Amino acid sequence: MKKTVTDFLLVENKQLNKDNFQLLLQSPQPFSDIYPGQFINVEIKEATEIFLRRPFSVLDVDYNQQTITLLVKILGRGSKKLTEAIAGQTINAIFPLGKSFTLPDKSDRILLIGGGSGVAPILFLAKICGLNPSNVNVLIGARSASDHIDVSSYLNFGQFFFTTEDGSLGEKGYVTNHPVFCEQLNKFNKIYTCGPDLMMKAIGRTAIKKNIFCEVSLENMMACGFGVCLCCVEDTKTGHKCVCTDGPVFNVNDLKW
Amino acid sequence: MVNLEIKIHELVFKNPVLTASGTCGFGEEIADFMDLSLLGGLVVKGTTLKHREGNAYPRMAETPSGMLNAVGLQNKGVDNFISNIYPRIKDLDTHIIVNVNGSTIDEYVALTERLNELDKIPAIELNISCPNVKEGGMAFGISCVSAEAVVKAVRKVYSKTLIVKLSPNVTNIADIAKAVEGQGADSVSLINTLLAMAVNAETRKPVLSTITGGLSGPAIKPIALRMVWQVYNAVKIPVIGMGGIMNATDAIEFMIAGASAVQVGTAIFIDPTIPVQIIDGIASYMERHKIQSINEIIGSLQC
Ligand SMILES: Cc1cc2nc3c(=O)[nH]c(=O)nc-3n(C[C@H](O)[C@H](O)[C@H](O)COP(=O)(O)OP(=O)(O)OC[C@H]3O[C@@H](n4cnc5c(N)ncnc54)[C@H](O)[C@@H]3O)c2cc1C
Ligand SMILES: Cc1cc2nc3c(=O)[nH]c(=O)nc-3n(C[C@H](O)[C@H](O)[C@H](O)COP(=O)(O)O)c2cc1C
Ligand code: FES
Repeated sequence: MKKTVTDFLLVENKQLNKDNFQLLLQSPQPFSDIYPGQFINVEIKEATEIFLRRPFSVLDVDYNQQTITLLVKILGRGSKKLTEAIAGQTINAIFPLGKSFTLPDKSDRILLIGGGSGVAPILFLAKICGLNPSNVNVLIGARSASDHIDVSSYLNFGQFFFTTEDGSLGEKGYVTNHPVFCEQLNKFNKIYTCGPDLMMKAIGRTAIKKNIFCEVSLENMMACGFGVCLCCVEDTKTGHKCVCTDGPVFNVNDLKW
Repeated sequence: MVNLEIKIHELVFKNPVLTASGTCGFGEEIADFMDLSLLGGLVVKGTTLKHREGNAYPRMAETPSGMLNAVGLQNKGVDNFISNIYPRIKDLDTHIIVNVNGSTIDEYVALTERLNELDKIPAIELNISCPNVKEGGMAFGISCVSAEAVVKAVRKVYSKTLIVKLSPNVTNIADIAKAVEGQGADSVSLINTLLAMAVNAETRKPVLSTITGGLSGPAIKPIALRMVWQVYNAVKIPVIGMGGIMNATDAIEFMIAGASAVQVGTAIFIDPTIPVQIIDGIASYMERHKIQSINEIIGSLQC
């Protein structure tokens, strides 16, 4: 699909917990073919301080309703401002951007791991895979129970596992401390992950060591989002690659991890 | 219908709006958003003789009304441009201008010789003002003597329109402009980014891997306007103005201050349709002010 600059209508802005909001955006034009890992670059209207757009992964799409759902976690000024938007407001965004995860085959046994602001593409992937029944396992980490978003509507797409740093929900510790990761990893032949850098690196390095297919979705800082500024580069085995156009999804074997 | 045509040396542009080097890739990256043939011209990403990986990440910092970049001329080199990119873009119905970079005069000359062979490249923009490379780049653009030396050497091997891109990181930009005019430059374009930096107070570390970088965007517009006006008053060759242009009014201000054409840079990151909006906006400004030809606006500042 062609990339466009679109004025979306904010249909709903729902607070999920302290820092996470779910935004439902409706496009005036029909669109198609948006896959997990792809993102949209949102204009944040605020005088002087916020100059550039902010990238957010697609959490869900509804082609009939012409809607895109985002999961926005408050990190700094821009994300905060976006979560203050009210239904009925226009939100300008450039979309669709980036390359998606490589969709797994039916016979694959997959483990999806999300954390922090990286939960959106993981849940989208879980849904897409879960719709074509396959062996889908989802591991989500957060600081504490109150930081986890409610994923009850996703539970029939696969088996879910949780970790919290304080032990208030699921296993105590990081996602890499969960038995499904540290003891049963051999059960899986594909791992997909998005989240904090350190989390993705820990997962990616383990996958490399164990020789398991692993794709990570990087969140490098971006200025344009469509491949012209060359600011978002990741140093890969084949040189600097733009995270916004060559990624954000990369196979760990291509990275210098 | 208003007449938007302008001339830089012998080259006629259908309108005065070009996209700036390093902000529009090779055109293809923004083709989804606009019909490229609407543009007056397109200045492609800074090109060097050899492949360059550019600087390490992080290369970008957002600043109030602007941004810093320290890309460092990442590009695949002129051979790749000629064999892979040029064939794909050469037939676009707009002027394709190549931004030329080197770390030595010999490199500038060798690169220019290669580009001189390309029929569909009617002009080059000699970048003597990149603040993000260790050797060459801005070093050539901050003294009259070195600026003269590069332009003189390149002029000998280049027969088409030669635009020289000036650095704002100098005490008197008009002196540099006069110096390059004296060596046969057909036009000057300005400004490149301003040397700047960003610090992370939490970590006490610089934000950019290179510590310093180049500031662009609306934050630099007043400085750019001032410099365009100073240079316009100092030279006879046409001036191409840029620096923080976000809309048609900004573009018209540059033209009133003396620019024959403008380049749109960082604004493309915010909205890649802005260059076309600017072209339309200039036309409606002219209709509103009953101006027949855009040339009536150039340098029309009434002091
Ligand atoms: C491809 C992609 C997909 C993304 N998807 C989502 C998503 O689905 N949901 C979500 O909540 N967030 C997502 N993010 C991250 C989101 O873009 C940042 O949280 C947001 O840009 C921060 O802006 P801010 O103004 O709130 O923070 P700022 O005030 O700009 O910065 C606050 C802090 O966040 C850091 N930061 C800023 N931008 C980023 C970034 N892009 N990545 C990592 N750290 C950053 C800064 O270094 C600073 O320390 C994604 C990022 C990318 C590149
Ligand atoms: C990310 C980025 C990359 C750039 N790369 C180049 C380049 O390769 N060659 C060049 O002459 N100028 C380069 N520039 C400078 C712009 O062409 C322009 O001179 C400057 O950004 C000021 O205009 P603006 O404020 O409209 O962006 C770059 C600017 C940015 C922001
Ligand atoms: S963000 Fe501009 S090239 Fe990737």
